[in-house]
Amino acid sequence: MKTIRIIPRLDIKGPNLVKGIHLEGLRALGKPEDYAKFYYENGADELLYMDVVASLYNRNSLQDIISITAKEIFIPLTVGGGLRTIDDIKDVLRAGADKVSLNTAAIKNPKLIKEASAIFGCSTIAVTIEAIKQPNGKYMASTDNGREYTGVEVISWAKTVESLGAGEIILTSVDREGTGQGFDTELIKEVVSHVSIPVIAHGGAGKLSHFSEIIEAGADAVSAASILHYNYIKDHTSVVNGVEGNTEFLKNGTTFSKIETTDIPHIKKYLFNLGLSVRYKPNVKKN
Amino acid sequence: MSKKIKVAIIDYQLSNLFSVQHACNFIGLDAKITSDKKELESVDGIILPGVGAFGDAMDNLKKLDLIQPIKEFISKGKPFMGICLGLQLLFSESQEFGRHQGLDIIKGSVKKFPKINPKNEQVKIPQIGWNTIYKGKKTQSWDKTPFEKISQNEFMYFIHSYFTDPSDQKVILSLTNYSGIEYCSSIMYKNVFATQFHPEKSGPEGIKIYQNWASNISKDL
Repeated sequence: MKTIRIIPRLDIKGPNLVKGIHLEGLRALGKPEDYAKFYYENGADELLYMDVVASLYNRNSLQDIISITAKEIFIPLTVGGGLRTIDDIKDVLRAGADKVSLNTAAIKNPKLIKEASAIFGCSTIAVTIEAIKQPNGKYMASTDNGREYTGVEVISWAKTVESLGAGEIILTSVDREGTGQGFDTELIKEVVSHVSIPVIAHGGAGKLSHFSEIIEAGADAVSAASILHYNYIKDHTSVVNGVEGNTEFLKNGTTFSKIETTDIPHIKKYLFNLGLSVRYKPNVKKN
Repeated sequence: MSKKIKVAIIDYQLSNLFSVQHACNFIGLDAKITSDKKELESVDGIILPGVGAFGDAMDNLKKLDLIQPIKEFISKGKPFMGICLGLQLLFSESQEFGRHQGLDIIKGSVKKFPKINPKNEQVKIPQIGWNTIYKGKKTQSWDKTPFEKISQNEFMYFIHSYFTDPSDQKVILSLTNYSGIEYCSSIMYKNVFATQFHPEKSGPEGIKIYQNWASNISKDL
């Protein structure tokens, strides 16, 4: 039985952790390294860093944050956002990332996936697919956090990235992202039935049962953001000190009323009790 | 203050060594990434990490003239740790893309996961992710090894397509079961300790393995 991975996703803009809805309307939540350390200590199986504005500005601002976290966090770290060339990938790996995730550059130039997986190994190269459901029911891939329409159909793109040597697919439902309405199980089912590489589901986690639903639909790993971040803020209101702009909404909890926030130990316990394989030990006493 | 323990992380130009170095620094070792054989003479311990192809790794070790210095270091009884490909390279030979000779410190061979397991089910290769380590009936006790105080069936992070098959079962320290295939996931032979998984990617329990290994060095000094 495969061990399901729970992967906190940290969207990063400049020095801040940010969060939006449908990948848009970003709000600053504090320093990403504080969240990363907390998730690591709470049993996160991997971490995912996304530089959410890098594609817009053609720059990579993540490297400092990567090297800070790599010094004290000892689980795999995947980094994406604005990586365009082999040299970009090399820089991020040298800063301390274990894997990278490609999207915009891969759609513009699919050969980059092949080239990168040949140099760095398949298991180092993940591809993010941002899926938007069309009125006709078809899923189409977007780039730049759902802003750019590509005309590429999700299922055929997923098959292509696998054949080009990608080791993993991070599959985001832009429609569900940040809403807390649950993952798009139909989207995951379609993709996992067409590829054999692991698929990480992202976008829509709003309560515990959403996690088991998406695993049942075939996800190998689950990535979540709001449901974890807003829970962390509730108990650690000081993390938003120093964040510019209105932070009252973060401290009083009004912004996430639709999401039943939780933490990683509770998610794992829930899945463990359902008989799913997760990295979790019940009633562990710390010595 | 006692002097910091000096460790060399061998760089043979194939892998991301920073996470290994970060883990060493985190537990207070003075760890240097090097491919200079002279540096190996003055260190207290060697770590041979590795991701990549067996044949390329042996070729690079040969080119850098590191094979003899590594063997000498081990034969002097000094602490040695291998990680992932660094475990596999210790073996006599590998079947990865044709036959390749290894360092031949541990008798046995390196084999690829079969595409089909004994129950006739498909096996996903490579194995990427968390899996458990446990003692077998014939494997060694974990007391006084780097696995001291690690729980049975603890989760560790794996990423590999090949596994080691030692001729002498007594060198096996832990077993792991992947898709119905049980294999050797770590070895301990005299001063040589090596794991198939990545302790530096395995969370706090993985870091504990580094700490245990380092505390055995400090006892030796």
